[in-house]
Amino acid sequence: MRSVCVVGASLAGLLTARALRARGYDGRLVLVGEETHRPYDRPPLSKDFLRGALDETDLALESDGEDLDAEWRLGVAAIGLDAATRRVTLSDGSDVEADGVVIATGASARRLPGTEGLAGVHTLRTLDDARALRRDLTGAKRIVVIGGGFIGTEVAATACDLGLEVTLVDSGSTPLAGLVGARMAEAIAALHERRGVRLLRGARVAALTGEDRVTGVRLADGAFLPADVVVVGIGAVPNVAWLERSGLLLDDGVICDEGGQAVHAEDGGTPVPGIVAVGDCAAWFDPALGRHDRCEHWTGARLRATVAAETLLSGGATRPARPRPAYIWSDQFDVKIQFIGRAHHADTVVVEEGDPADHSFLAVYRQGERPVAVLGVNQVRLFSRWRRQLETAAV
Amino acid sequence: MFLFVKRGVHSMIPACPLASLPRGEALRVEADPPIAVFHTEDGEIYAIDDTCTHQDASLADGWLEGCEIECPLHASRFDLRTGEVDAPPAKRPVRTHRVVVENDVIFVVPSDAEPNLPPGVTLKGQA
Repeated sequence: MRSVCVVGASLAGLLTARALRARGYDGRLVLVGEETHRPYDRPPLSKDFLRGALDETDLALESDGEDLDAEWRLGVAAIGLDAATRRVTLSDGSDVEADGVVIATGASARRLPGTEGLAGVHTLRTLDDARALRRDLTGAKRIVVIGGGFIGTEVAATACDLGLEVTLVDSGSTPLAGLVGARMAEAIAALHERRGVRLLRGARVAALTGEDRVTGVRLADGAFLPADVVVVGIGAVPNVAWLERSGLLLDDGVICDEGGQAVHAEDGGTPVPGIVAVGDCAAWFDPALGRHDRCEHWTGARLRATVAAETLLSGGATRPARPRPAYIWSDQFDVKIQFIGRAHHADTVVVEEGDPADHSFLAVYRQGERPVAVLGVNQVRLFSRWRRQLETAAV
Repeated sequence: MFLFVKRGVHSMIPACPLASLPRGEALRVEADPPIAVFHTEDGEIYAIDDTCTHQDASLADGWLEGCEIECPLHASRFDLRTGEVDAPPAKRPVRTHRVVVENDVIFVVPSDAEPNLPPGVTLKGQA
């Protein structure tokens, strides 16, 4: 392999490029990034960066003096790929043909239809999004956050810490219930309410109001929530539209085998030599689940970058180790939330340490006798032992 | 207060009796900044700065495997021998400190180098 084009210059793309070099790949390396920024870390964008406790240099993913000996094509989007020739077409009219292609184009925040062009309405995915939101929060008094996932709960907590009046609108019963289960999600909801977040459960958004700038949110039940700023955190969609005519199989992301190789759309899903996908845009086959799984978590991108690099360099010959369950963390207020495993596989949940009422506890989810997930809330030391046990347990 | 034992230009900080730090265990020494002392399964003893260089987390709370400690928050791994880190989110090494065992007591000789503290964390002496 004499040339590799990595499409996407965020965590997954950078780490795959780094893993290729670490494994001795010394050919031409091109990194294409749609954003103009050097690779940066996204998790702080809704937490310490939004709060103003970190600046942009703190977000850099590259080490001081790091040199991957790569050609960086930043501020340029990939607009097409031909899987047969591995030719990537770029938005500036140029193209890159390579022996290996790494698809790492990530995902985009899902938007509320009809809110384009309405000032004061934000999604949060990129550094530019975070800069704009941070600016808009200065001087704002009331914020409505739509969505009870990680972006929603983290932005709500940060805005609350910044002194804003916060309403969190969740269409489900309890924020984060889809991840940690309904019972444990109540403990996190209670934390938000105790710190002053107004939580509206099972609430449907009917419309955003305002002419040029948002003035509030109207709910389906007729209630009106005045707002200076609205943040929409309703999930992300994989950035794969540019691959529609590539010949690759797409569904919810780029469909890949368990080593990260993309597969043909036409012939029943045989692997495409020399093309891997990694990060939020990639749905790898997970043998433990028996289906393809688009892992949208930071640690998933880190683990899979290494596997994808090995797959590319070996031509798909290496058999990857069984995937480990994704580890997920979130910082909300002064509380560290850590989770690993799959809560919906459990039939019991037991608090084994601390007390949810104190916002310091550890809960173990079991299927029969077998631990299948663990939630730690301000239990960093104990959680790290449980995490290791779940990561190394036989699947 | 700590007992500082002068030896040349360095101060030695007593950590703990050797017998109270079994293999596979870690100890946090309340210096400024705090120092973590590890006793590996192979019987080696290492000391590094306790605070992860990425975010305020105690590496003594992390997972020790061989000569590496994995940060309990975001799983960057630091080499206890060199302080080097393997993968993001941390990108700067931790300082390593010399360890001396005398009369079955573990002492740490703090490094003269500047610590790589994470954003928002300062030395108590400068706070």
